[in-house]
Amino acid sequence: MSTVTHPTAHFDLEPMTGPGNVQLLEISMGPQHPSTHGVFRMKVVLDGERVVRLKPVFGFLHRNHEKIAESETYLGSMPYTDRLDYMCPLTNNWAYALAVEKLAGIEVPERAEYLRVIAGELTRLQNHACLIGFLMQDLGSSGTPLMYAFREREKILDLFEALTGARMMGNYMRFGGCRVDLPAGWLEQAGKVVADFPRFLDEYERLLVGNEILMDRTQEVGVLSRELAVSAGISGPMARASGVDYDIRKVDRYSIYDRFTFRVPLGSHGDVYDRFMVRLLEMRESVGILQQAMRDIPGGPIVDPKMKIRGFRPKPGEAYGRIEAPKGELGFYLVSDGSPNPYRYRVRPPSLINLTVLEDLCVGQNVADIVAILGSIDIVMGEVDR
Amino acid sequence: MDETLKNELSKQGIFTTSLQELYNWGRTSSIWPLNFGLACCAIEMIAATMARYDLARFGAEVFRPSPRQADLMIVAGTVTKKMAPQVVRLYNQMPEPKYVISMGACAISGGPFKQGYNVLKGIDRYIPVDLYIPGCPPRPEALIDAFMVLQKRIGEQPLTGANRPRHLNAGEPSEFPVPRFGEHDLEPAKNPDLWKPPLVQIAQAGTDESGNH
Amino acid sequence: MNLETIKSEIEANVPGCRLEIVANPSPSGQHSLRVDGEHAVDVAIFLRDASGLRFDFCSNVTGIDWPGKELTEKVKLRKLVDGAEQEVEEIRKTTTPGSLEVVYHLYSVEKKHGPITLRMRTQDRDTGVHLPSLTPVWRSAEFQEREVFDLFGVVFDGHPDLRRLLMWPGFVDHPMRRDYRDPDDCEYEPTAHDAVLQRANRHRSGVEGR
Repeated sequence: MSTVTHPTAHFDLEPMTGPGNVQLLEISMGPQHPSTHGVFRMKVVLDGERVVRLKPVFGFLHRNHEKIAESETYLGSMPYTDRLDYMCPLTNNWAYALAVEKLAGIEVPERAEYLRVIAGELTRLQNHACLIGFLMQDLGSSGTPLMYAFREREKILDLFEALTGARMMGNYMRFGGCRVDLPAGWLEQAGKVVADFPRFLDEYERLLVGNEILMDRTQEVGVLSRELAVSAGISGPMARASGVDYDIRKVDRYSIYDRFTFRVPLGSHGDVYDRFMVRLLEMRESVGILQQAMRDIPGGPIVDPKMKIRGFRPKPGEAYGRIEAPKGELGFYLVSDGSPNPYRYRVRPPSLINLTVLEDLCVGQNVADIVAILGSIDIVMGEVDR
Repeated sequence: MDETLKNELSKQGIFTTSLQELYNWGRTSSIWPLNFGLACCAIEMIAATMARYDLARFGAEVFRPSPRQADLMIVAGTVTKKMAPQVVRLYNQMPEPKYVISMGACAISGGPFKQGYNVLKGIDRYIPVDLYIPGCPPRPEALIDAFMVLQKRIGEQPLTGANRPRHLNAGEPSEFPVPRFGEHDLEPAKNPDLWKPPLVQIAQAGTDESGNH
Repeated sequence: MNLETIKSEIEANVPGCRLEIVANPSPSGQHSLRVDGEHAVDVAIFLRDASGLRFDFCSNVTGIDWPGKELTEKVKLRKLVDGAEQEVEEIRKTTTPGSLEVVYHLYSVEKKHGPITLRMRTQDRDTGVHLPSLTPVWRSAEFQEREVFDLFGVVFDGHPDLRRLLMWPGFVDHPMRRDYRDPDDCEYEPTAHDAVLQRANRHRSGVEGR
């Protein structure tokens, strides 16, 4: 085993002094912390209440998903993709299936595309609702908005359980389509849940949008400029809140998204309040997409009839496939050497790359704002560390 | 105590019990868990505390963020080797009596990520575990069931004698050594006083039985 | 997005750079450009700033390990054997040093086109693992290059803060390399068979282990 000798930049936050010879305080937030959204650690240097430096520490949930995928077959990695961003398992499946379909040139029948869109947009709904709930809990509202969000999430999880067999880890997509078709009566029940959703959104908006405490704590906090967002590879609602008009559903037009009419909400300030509002508005657009998809879904096969999964060996080559996951741009990069296992399997995690700017956003803010900023970035440690 | 005598006395407004029942009743009815979710199982744990499944009716009213104020640590999710020393430290900081529930396949034995170089193959290598909940992730009802089993077990613990719980037994340790980061792995890889696994019985050709040593 | 035209544009504007188109035989059609280490930063700046291209969004940075291969070939030589010249077959073994490859996927937010794939290779897998860092060009490469350093061992010169990202600081291996051996902690397996049984056998006999 060759070990490389290299210059390591040892990073110890030595005791620093600020202006006026005031000693600065270093605190360690996490990895066990009520508001860090999982096992995440931040080394923060403070001058009183103001943040001077912030270095995130990752790896507490590094489960070497990519190494395991090199010893599994292509389909064998599908259940592992559920566990990447565990709030949105079905969109992870979709991104992986899309990448493999690009690699091997597999086509997807129309009904399967509609099923994928329905599953993906339902996932987006429950992810954004829970994110707003978690953000409000971190701001101190003791879980009440989170309870409302989880009430809606339970309705959607019931739909997923009827469709895929599991509440969370659905393992629903296959290369060339979906695993199983809709059970009888599912569309009616889903139609009822989706028709009720705008009422929940109205309730949420009435309680939260004009809320003084929320506005005071989140407006002009953690402002992300447009240029930095593009340079740092920020994607998803966080980039759109800074005014970057880039939604992969509209740019790549993957799957059948060009058949649906929906708008893309953009923010202008790039602060925490804008990120919160963008997600609230995106939920309304998702409801619109769902209603159009459930109205137009055709009959037909749900998986490509030419696709044979036993002995699936894609030709040597590589492919990069990406979708607009609820957190941002989720991409899979696959390198094949003609064998049943991938040679290199890489997940492009939106949460990790959105965290690139955490230090820039937090420097100069108060300690209490770190939690609000982190909550608005929307991270899930299963995806950050893989 | 005679049951009929108990009933007669209670009709007169005199309530009798034993010290063990009273002591255990107080402890089972207010087990406060530590706010400690690692991965996907944490989401099901949160769902178990929300309005639909409501763990608060069983006494887990608040999830405490500080280990000094908690009785129960629900290790929900994969424990990686980078996180393992912090888990053991948190366990050491909890005051007695304390219990550990290992929720999900990953915390029991590494789960689907067992092949991982950074995955600890079960948290019971370093700390004693009272209950295991299999599943990936286990449903919130399974967590409620585990809670009820734990309550029953606490209720049956005698206060004296050989089977008394750990916090009443001065000889039993309540803090366990914290592993260090080595160059390739944690050192030590397991706590040998705590985890004594049966060796794999190497199968003869043609059979695939393995059992206890 | 014609890769040939982009290649000639870059060669016209960044003198001295050595580019090579790596064809991608899969149906995805995503061919890539291999760039050499000395001119990588200039090529990247050109791709980001040129008015027709404007690749301002670095989406994905990843590493691939290509271990060295041992090639055996039979060579026919004329040699002196027992005084007479004869044709003799000799077996020659050569080993290629292998290399680590870093792949960048670039998109354009302004022009909404892409992707373009850039590749760079190191000289070998032991000491010649230095490559220029593209973090000064695209900020999104910062954490991803740190991860490639952590898991593969590629050293990025010019990176503002090159430390391990996912493993702990005292760790000395590079786990995603193909020749990495897992630590030996497979003491208990309830139903051991196939590869798991082999590993347990090795553990029991003490062959595996550090």
